Amino acid sequence: MAQTHKQKRLSAWSTPVLLILVLLVFTLLISVLGDKSLARMAAQTLIRVTFVVGLWIFVGNSGVVSFGHAGYMAIGAYCSAWLTLKPQMKGLFLPDLWPFLANAEWPVLPAAIASGLLASLVALLSGAAILRLTGIAASIATFAFLAIVYTVYSSWEGVTGATSSVVGLARYSDQWVTFGWASAAVLAAAWYANSASGLALRATREDEVAASASGINMYRHRLISLVLSAFFTGVAGALFGHSLGVLNPNSFYLGVTFITLAMLVVGGIGSLTGAVTGVLVLSIMIEGLVRMERAVEIGEATLALPTGAQEIIIGIVMILVLILRPAGLSGGRELRLRIGAR
Amino acid sequence: MFALIVPSTDAVAVMFLGKVPAFLLIPILLMIGAAVAVASEFVVFRNMRNATPVAMMISSFALGFVIQNSLLAIYGSRPKAISLWPELNTPVTVIGASVPLLQIIVILATLVVVVTLAVLLKKTKIGLEMRAAAENFTMARLLGVRANVVITGAFALSGALAAAVAMIMVTQTGVADIRMGGQIMLVAFIATVIGGLGSLPGAVAAGFLIGAASVILQGFLPLEARPFRDAFLYTLVIFSLLLRPQGLFVPRSAKPRV
Repeated sequence: MAQTHKQKRLSAWSTPVLLILVLLVFTLLISVLGDKSLARMAAQTLIRVTFVVGLWIFVGNSGVVSFGHAGYMAIGAYCSAWLTLKPQMKGLFLPDLWPFLANAEWPVLPAAIASGLLASLVALLSGAAILRLTGIAASIATFAFLAIVYTVYSSWEGVTGATSSVVGLARYSDQWVTFGWASAAVLAAAWYANSASGLALRATREDEVAASASGINMYRHRLISLVLSAFFTGVAGALFGHSLGVLNPNSFYLGVTFITLAMLVVGGIGSLTGAVTGVLVLSIMIEGLVRMERAVEIGEATLALPTGAQEIIIGIVMILVLILRPAGLSGGRELRLRIGAR
Repeated sequence: MFALIVPSTDAVAVMFLGKVPAFLLIPILLMIGAAVAVASEFVVFRNMRNATPVAMMISSFALGFVIQNSLLAIYGSRPKAISLWPELNTPVTVIGASVPLLQIIVILATLVVVVTLAVLLKKTKIGLEMRAAAENFTMARLLGVRANVVITGAFALSGALAAAVAMIMVTQTGVADIRMGGQIMLVAFIATVIGGLGSLPGAVAAGFLIGAASVILQGFLPLEARPFRDAFLYTLVIFSLLLRPQGLFVPRSAKPRV
């Protein structure tokens, strides 16, 4: 009995290891074979992995779909910008920053961690209210949260630069930095999902009533997972800012919410493997379609998809997956090794 | 349940505007709206009868996304100037206040639509069947309701209403923009949930409430806080949900069954 338990635990830990290996192969392949634009695409993909895995920590385990995580991403992104930009720049573009922030010139890694922590703090406060709701009301409330963050960040001229972008962020997030964070997110997600709190939360996902009848405090476990989840979405935001070098509130609104949810749904909400596969599959598809929009020359003829075809195809794929495979490509199963098979 | 699924067909209908006389144009637009909604029901939502509301919500977003980008590919992203009945924007004087004629028409039309909907849902056979199918699809079928037909009807209705909204917006602003459905759809989603899913008076009341709250906030907020009006508005939305998670008007069917 104890033996099987041990084996199961070990085999559960093989999931994050395998997933990180997959990401490593992906990154290596692109670094070796690809040009600069492919490397940039790999970095973007790995940032999305960090984000979607972060999102999965909450959505996958609790079963509550959150539309608000792009808000935590925005909070993280701007926090990192506040901490790392040169003070002269901030004096020029963001004149109303508090003195502490205006003079800060942190190295990038502590700034990224601080961004995650700030997002976590906001998640703790907003979640304390929102997570008292269940079902569709909770999802709508997360939507309202997103709209609040968006309104604040796109109107607070002196602190966030409002709709004129913040520029000049150090572009340090290449594919290897983002690979590091994505792996950290995968490890943390696997650790949380197998922790006592994660298991309790999954029980509430399957049946709220039965779980609370068994003495599980649903509210508390949801809050814990949201805080952890917001940390990685915040970090993803910071990485995002430092990969483009430019921040604009519009990059953290409905567009990113939609595409990341699409990735999670296509991959399969029920499992960590699903979250990672969804990002990889859709990102590769998007990249391919974007290249096709730019016209491919086959012999004499030039073939080009009309602009917008990429979004249309992604939308159709998402609907098809929802209809044909409601549990996503992974079907809610994890990629794992059978260690010490009986 | 249907209230959830009003994909952003708003933008659709408007793009087909032509120079057609009004008495022809209105029914044609309403029919296009209805047709698009029925088609989407047939292609997408019919296959998702047993999905959770959230899955339906995601797929309706996906569908809206597809429709929007298809239009983008066909028409380009620039807003189109369309002057649809500009004479309706001329102000008329009512009891001392000067109001654009259009607004009066909008108010009257809304009244008519709401009353008709209420009568349709509460007093007619098809309304009864609609409510039955919304509450329990399988049971309704077992009792001899042609639930598929009824739900298709509901979709047609919502599509036609969305087209009507689009017409009003275009007449008011004079431009047709592909993105114009976004904001109003968000508010509509929120209003149906605040009002209580499946409750028509709830949806109407919540719509009014959101409108009134945003006007009041605009009027009373100090000047420097005014750009943040929407943030306050959505905070109120969260508070309202916290106080009445099931909505302001809870239909009897909304009680969770264990």
